[in-house]
Amino acid sequence: MSWLKRTAPNDPSPLGRMLALGIGFFFLYVPIATLIVFSFNSSPIMTSWSGFSWRWYEALLNDQALLSAAWLSFKVATLTATAAAIIGTWAGYVLARKGNFKGFSLFVGLVSAPLVIPEVVLGISLLLLFVEMDSIFGWPGERGLFTIWVGHTTFCTAFVTVIVQSRIRDLDRSLEEAALDLGATPLKVFFAVTLPLIAPAIVSGWLLAFTLSLDDVVIASFLSGPGATLLSPEIFSRVRLGLKPEVNALATIFVVVVAIVVVGLNAVQRRQARRGL
Amino acid sequence: MLDRLGRRLGNKAAWSAFWTIAPPYLWLVLFLLLPFVLVLKISLADLKFGIPPYTSLTDLKDEAINLTLHLRGYILLFSDSLYISTYISSLKMAAVTTLWCALIGYPMAYYIARSPDSIRNVLLLAVILPFWTSLLLRVYAWVGILRSDGLLNSVLMAVGVIDAPLEIYRTDWAVYIGLVYAYLPFFILPLYANLVKLDTRLLDAAYDLGAKPWRAFVSITLPLSMPGVIAGAMLVFIPAVGEYVIPELLGGADTLMMGRIMWNEFFTNADWPMASAITVIMVLLLLIPMIIFQVNQKHRYEADRGNV
Repeated sequence: MSWLKRTAPNDPSPLGRMLALGIGFFFLYVPIATLIVFSFNSSPIMTSWSGFSWRWYEALLNDQALLSAAWLSFKVATLTATAAAIIGTWAGYVLARKGNFKGFSLFVGLVSAPLVIPEVVLGISLLLLFVEMDSIFGWPGERGLFTIWVGHTTFCTAFVTVIVQSRIRDLDRSLEEAALDLGATPLKVFFAVTLPLIAPAIVSGWLLAFTLSLDDVVIASFLSGPGATLLSPEIFSRVRLGLKPEVNALATIFVVVVAIVVVGLNAVQRRQARRGL
Repeated sequence: MLDRLGRRLGNKAAWSAFWTIAPPYLWLVLFLLLPFVLVLKISLADLKFGIPPYTSLTDLKDEAINLTLHLRGYILLFSDSLYISTYISSLKMAAVTTLWCALIGYPMAYYIARSPDSIRNVLLLAVILPFWTSLLLRVYAWVGILRSDGLLNSVLMAVGVIDAPLEIYRTDWAVYIGLVYAYLPFFILPLYANLVKLDTRLLDAAYDLGAKPWRAFVSITLPLSMPGVIAGAMLVFIPAVGEYVIPELLGGADTLMMGRIMWNEFFTNADWPMASAITVIMVLLLLIPMIIFQVNQKHRYEADRGNV
């Protein structure tokens, strides 16, 4: 526990550190811990522990409505994350490297708007766009997979852009300049030099977009039609009516998968960083 | 004009610059700017039965284009006390949430930033990890904790702190807990990014000159971290004003928040012009902190560039 000791006079006090981080992390993790623990509770009441059971996991496996909503959500999230990664990388590159064109301030404003704008606003405004487009062009007609995909991509692009542009700002520009000096076209330089260097940022952007899309209730509710029920709106409409223990099981599966992916990715990135040194 | 544009586009470099910028720009204009313009337009329409459920602003009659702007939504907004108190209540709830995020988040960001390298990454990952798991499910977990027969009350009663269960679930208290919980990482991360870059030699100098830890914190760390505090506060405050899911799951019927009212006008009352008017006023209200945020960001970039 050597890190608890104060090593320099300006080091913060160990007691304060223990207290602040202890309280903070307790607050952040207690809800997650209760979801996991009570997903194995045989009683449907979330207060009393009445023995270990897999019954909520079995209930989950037999819930056809939830499973098909999950599959649709998975598809939307994959398509969204891919589109957001492409547009977000593109926008991030423009933001970091091409900051001298007319209308740049508007571009900056538009790129960062979804980070702060409430999702209800995005949902309403995009719905109005699609309704208006439909009455003028007769397209896109019924709302569904496509309209949700556009909404999610617009919303998630902002997050990818922020991640990618900060990575591009940190890049050593001389590598790209060297490639240009050796006669490569700018496009070739981007794909052969820049893209591999920013790949980790794009991967984390893709994953973040995937999670955000999977998690979204509001935009999907505005932009989905009668035929397309996604997982999050489905869970939302169920839990609005009270506690649903099988949702604990679903949450636990989510937490475990996410923890494995995030911790694994972190380990891979660290190993690469070490090899780089 | 066209000639000049043609000459410029005839230039190969100008073409490649155009193609670098245009596609992402076009997407954002089409799916972000244009929809906002439409919201503004429909907020000035009137309700009608049909699809879409609003009147069009212009019509051609007697060889003249008539423009009809309806102010019904806006007049209702400013005359009905429900809407005014909802705006005030939303702003208050977002402000209190931001304050609590600062009270809990500042010490966390500070101690993470001042931790040794080896454990700093682990602590940071622990802050980010909840981000990656569904917010909906984490908010749902609070329902189980806060209900009168929930985990919190049964623990407190078993320990003997209280005799009767606390009524938290379905009150504003539960909404505060949910909001602070959901937005805390948004406060910690930008503040951490700021604090970790703090030049500790300034603190060494302060200590050498005899400053006590608290004094050094107030006169050096705190002022230097203000850009991080402002960035974090904006990332908490602005989305919290329009939050829908958290007040819907944890709040009571009398918890007034903008997001809920907009949702209800849209889906329950099917009054699209009214919902649009509420949206326009909310965006205008949020634009002020957003501009502060942008200016602040710009200063930060410039300061960063100045340091290099």
